[in-house]
Amino acid sequence: MDSGIQITRNGRPAIPAAPTPFSERAGGLRALAVDTLQVNVGKLCNQACKHCHVDASPIRTEIMSAEVVDECLRVIREFSIPTLDITGGAPELNPNFRRFVTEARWFGANVIVRHNLTVMHEDGQNDLPEFFAKNEVEIVSSLPYFQQTQTDAQRGTGVFERSISALRRLNDVGYGTSGKLKLNLVYNPVGAFLPPAQSAIEADFKRELKSRYGIVFNNLYTITNMPIARYLDWLRRSGNELSYITKLVGAFNPSTLEGLMCRSMISVDWTGRLFDCDFNQMLELGPTDGTPRTIFDFDAEKLRKRMIATADHCYGCTAGAGSSCGGTVA
Amino acid sequence: MHYYNEEDLARFGEMAKYRPELFEKFLAWYTACQEEGALSKREKALIGLAVAVTVQCPYCIEAFTNSCLENGSNMDQMTEAMHLASAIRGGASLVHGIQSHNAHDKVSM
Ligand code: SF4
Ligand code: SF4
Repeated sequence: MDSGIQITRNGRPAIPAAPTPFSERAGGLRALAVDTLQVNVGKLCNQACKHCHVDASPIRTEIMSAEVVDECLRVIREFSIPTLDITGGAPELNPNFRRFVTEARWFGANVIVRHNLTVMHEDGQNDLPEFFAKNEVEIVSSLPYFQQTQTDAQRGTGVFERSISALRRLNDVGYGTSGKLKLNLVYNPVGAFLPPAQSAIEADFKRELKSRYGIVFNNLYTITNMPIARYLDWLRRSGNELSYITKLVGAFNPSTLEGLMCRSMISVDWTGRLFDCDFNQMLELGPTDGTPRTIFDFDAEKLRKRMIATADHCYGCTAGAGSSCGGTVA
Repeated sequence: MHYYNEEDLARFGEMAKYRPELFEKFLAWYTACQEEGALSKREKALIGLAVAVTVQCPYCIEAFTNSCLENGSNMDQMTEAMHLASAIRGGASLVHGIQSHNAHDKVSM
């Protein structure tokens, strides 16, 4: 592994070993900016999807405290961070969530919420569409396919139907229809294969969701499944680990390197520790070159120039047209 | 030893061991045929799957199943393509029945 750290999962390597180490193909990667603070406010989720890189589920108890949320808000204000990207788990289940969004908006940040749609049907969450709309939150929601079979296979029985009703609610308050209220969906492969061309599958999603359910949305992001955590467990169980990592390596595209999301963001975990991205966060693969380790000693200048801690899982971001929280990068 | 080994698909390039210029020509042609053109990549992958099932090549079936999925197709669409190819194959047999009718008519009163 590039970092020299051996990370394990259930006694086995937490990252599949690639035939060619990532560092050999990509070289050393340095950050270029800190335009986005991506905050993972906890691992608690109302779902337990098969591909979840967070290992999130209803039984997880790790939740960001009010103190760490306050510190994130201080950083946004002091360093004028343009974008706050809130993820989880289902971030809405963190009791500090609404305050976090509202105050970040006061400080002028664009706020993106990685909203899993079904959480809207949980107790006390029914007014989420109105809350999002009032705060002009940009919503990014997973819907791996426009059919029930694939969506439920990945995200759980009944998720497709509940996601469709949640999308209708979001459309009703103006999401996906007007310029201001952005609703972006995320496609990711339901299995051990790479995503299709983003524009082609976006056209299919738009046509199918509109004609079958009357649903509209803004953009579709295609995201490659990252071979770590629960998805890696599935790759192993299904005998696809080697063929999948070989596929990712074979599809390595150097023109994705410039736009990798880790080069323009910093990721914060529920305890306030800093990482290059949410994937490194889950692997506990922290920065190595003496850059600030926690939100409490945030230093934009140092973080902007930091070396990024890469390992072979990074091939998940560089395959084909590349992959990031905002879809393709090349 | 089996006649068909899953791993052999990845060894396809070894066909260039002898007369490599022929394999290179094949590969260039094969690759170019699958590029986006007047038909989309997805349409081509579906045609590829239909043909693969028709010529009953296990390597091509696996490769084009993956290719269909990676171009956003689902099993409903892929199954329709496979049925069409199989139906044409069945129809191609059945239409030869007319030859039997002709042969019958020739020798019958
Ligand atoms: S993928 Fe998202 S919705 Fe699914 S378990 Fe993980 S955090 Fe929850
Ligand atoms: S996993 Fe992707 S985003 Fe994270 S450090 Fe590697 S290349 Fe960057």
